[in-house]
Amino acid sequence: MHTQKRLTPFFFLAPAVVILALVGIYPLVFAAWVSLHNYLLAQPNIPHDFVWLSNYLTVIRDSSFWGSIGRTLFYLAVALPLEIVLGLAIAFMLRRGRWAHLRGFARVMLVIPLAMTPVVTGLIGRLIFNQQFGVVNYVQTSLSSNKIGTEWLGNPTLAFVTILVLEIWQWTPFAALIFLSGLTAVPAEVEEAATLETRSFWVMLRSIQLPFLLPALTAILILRTADILKQFDMVYTLTSGGPGSSTELINLYITRIGLRGAFDQGVASAQALLMLVLTTVLSRLYIRYLYKGDNA
Amino acid sequence: MTTQQNSAAAIRSADQLAVLRARRGSTVKTALHGVGLIVVLFGTLFPFLWMVLTSFKTGAQITATPPLVFFEGTLDHYRTILGDQYNVGQSLITSLIVSVSATALAVLLGTPAAYALARFEFKRKDDLWFWFISNRFMSPVVIILPVYLLASQLKLIGNPGLLIAMYLTFSIPVVVWICTDQFRSIPRELDEAAMVDGASPAFIFLRIALPLALPGVVVSSILSFIFSWNELLFALFLTRGSGVTAPVKATSFLSGYDVPWGEIMATGTLIVLPVIIFSLLVSRHLVQGLTMGAIK
Repeated sequence: MHTQKRLTPFFFLAPAVVILALVGIYPLVFAAWVSLHNYLLAQPNIPHDFVWLSNYLTVIRDSSFWGSIGRTLFYLAVALPLEIVLGLAIAFMLRRGRWAHLRGFARVMLVIPLAMTPVVTGLIGRLIFNQQFGVVNYVQTSLSSNKIGTEWLGNPTLAFVTILVLEIWQWTPFAALIFLSGLTAVPAEVEEAATLETRSFWVMLRSIQLPFLLPALTAILILRTADILKQFDMVYTLTSGGPGSSTELINLYITRIGLRGAFDQGVASAQALLMLVLTTVLSRLYIRYLYKGDNA
Repeated sequence: MTTQQNSAAAIRSADQLAVLRARRGSTVKTALHGVGLIVVLFGTLFPFLWMVLTSFKTGAQITATPPLVFFEGTLDHYRTILGDQYNVGQSLITSLIVSVSATALAVLLGTPAAYALARFEFKRKDDLWFWFISNRFMSPVVIILPVYLLASQLKLIGNPGLLIAMYLTFSIPVVVWICTDQFRSIPRELDEAAMVDGASPAFIFLRIALPLALPGVVVSSILSFIFSWNELLFALFLTRGSGVTAPVKATSFLSGYDVPWGEIMATGTLIVLPVIIFSLLVSRHLVQGLTMGAIK
C-alpha cells in the first residue's frame, strides 16, 4: 500500500515526461553530438569527423552571429517597452468613462491581432508597405511633398522599422487585455475612497492601481520576452531577414546557417545550443525574480 | 442689502462658471476619449480588413493607386486557390488534423501530469515543474536542426505524425502550466474526502478533480490549438509537397517573380478567419488563458 502510494505521482507524470523527453531532450542530445562534429548537409560524402570545440570557436568568432543577437536584443528593447506603454494606455481607455458600446466592441476586437497567424501578418505587411501600391505609401505621398513612395522593405533601417511596427501592432493588444484584467481586480470602494483624496491620475496609478498592475506587467514581461526571442514566422515572411542581414534576428540566422543556405549543421547546432543556454539562464532569472509562484 | 445680493449673485455665477468650465473640460475629455477609442479600433482592424478587401479585388484593382475601397468584387482568387493548382483546401485540412491531434494529445498527457504536480509531494518536484515550463521558453530553432537530421535519416520528413509530435513540445507545457494552477485552486478536502471513502487516485482524478478543472482544460486547449494552427517553423522544414500546412502554403506563393497578391490574401483570409471567429466566440476564455498561469 505504501509503495503504491509513493508510485502514484510517477504514473501520473510518466507519460508526459517520457513523450516530452523524446521530442524535447533527445534531439538536444543529438544536437550536442552534431555540434562537436563536422556536419555539412550539402556534402553528405564527407565523413563526420570529430572536431572538438572548433564549431563553437567558429561561432564565437563569427561577428554575424553576435550581430544577429544584438539585433534581437535591440528589437526586444524597443518593442517591449512600447507594447507595455501603449497597452497600459489602451487598458485605461477601455476601462471606464463614456462610450460603453464602443469600449465593449473595441475590447472584443482586440482579440483579432492575438489570433492572427504571424505568417499572415507578414504577408499583410508586404502588401500595405509595398512601394508601388501600398496603403502606407499612398497616405505618405498624399501628405508630404515626396511623391516617390518610400522603399520600406528595401532599405535596411526602414525594413527594421517595419518589422517593429508589425510586432507592436500584433502584440500591444495582448498587453492591453492583460492590463485590463489586472485593473478589473481593483476594488471599486477603494478607488472611490481615493478619489475623495486626490484627482491626480498619477497618484491614483501609483498608490491604488499599481499593486494590481504589477502581476500583469510580470506576465507580459515573461511571455513577450520568451516569444520575441523565438520570433521567426512574421519576419521570415515579411523580409526573410533582408535586405542584406538588416532584419535577420537570431532564429533566422541560425536556420539560414543550418537549413536554408549554408547547410552547416555542426556550426548551426553550436549556435542553437549557445542560444539555448542564453534563454535558459534568462528564463530562470525571470521566473525566479519576477514570477513568485509557489514552485519558483 | 443690494451689495449682499450682488455678491451672492457674483458667487453664484462664479460657481456656475466653474461648473461650466469643468463640464466643458469633461466634454473635451470625453470627445478625446471617443477619438482615441476609434483610432485604436481602426488601427487594430485595418490590416485584417485590408487583407479581406484585397482578396476580393482583381489584379488590376489591387495595384491601383489610389488604393480602392469601393470596387466590384470577384471571387476568382478563392476559386483559384481552392483549385488543383494551389490546393489550399488540402493544406487547411492538414493544419486542422495536426492542430486537433496535438491539442488532444497534450490534454491527454498534460492533465495527469498537472494533477500530480498540484497534489502530490515528491522529490525534485520544483525542478520537474520548471522543466515543463521552460519548454515554453525554448526556441523551436534549437530542436528543429537535430530533428530535421534525424527525420531525414528515418525518412520521416513529410509525415504528419512527426509534426504532431513536435507540436507537443509547446502544447504539453501550456496544458501543464495552466492546469497545475487550476488543480491547485480546487480545495484539497474534496480529494481527501474521496480518499477516505476508498476511491483510487485515478478515480479521484477523473471523476472529481478533472471535471472541476474543466475551465483550465478548455483554456489551455484553446491556446494549444491556436499555437499549433499558426505555427510555421517546424512545418516549414518538416512537411513538404501536398502535405504542407496552411501557413507553409501561404509563404510558398512568394517564391516567383510575379507575386500573386490576390491569391495570397485569399489564402491568408482562409487561414485566419476560422481562428478569428473561434477566438471571438471564446474571447473571454482566451483572455483568461493568457493571464492564467502567468498571474496568480
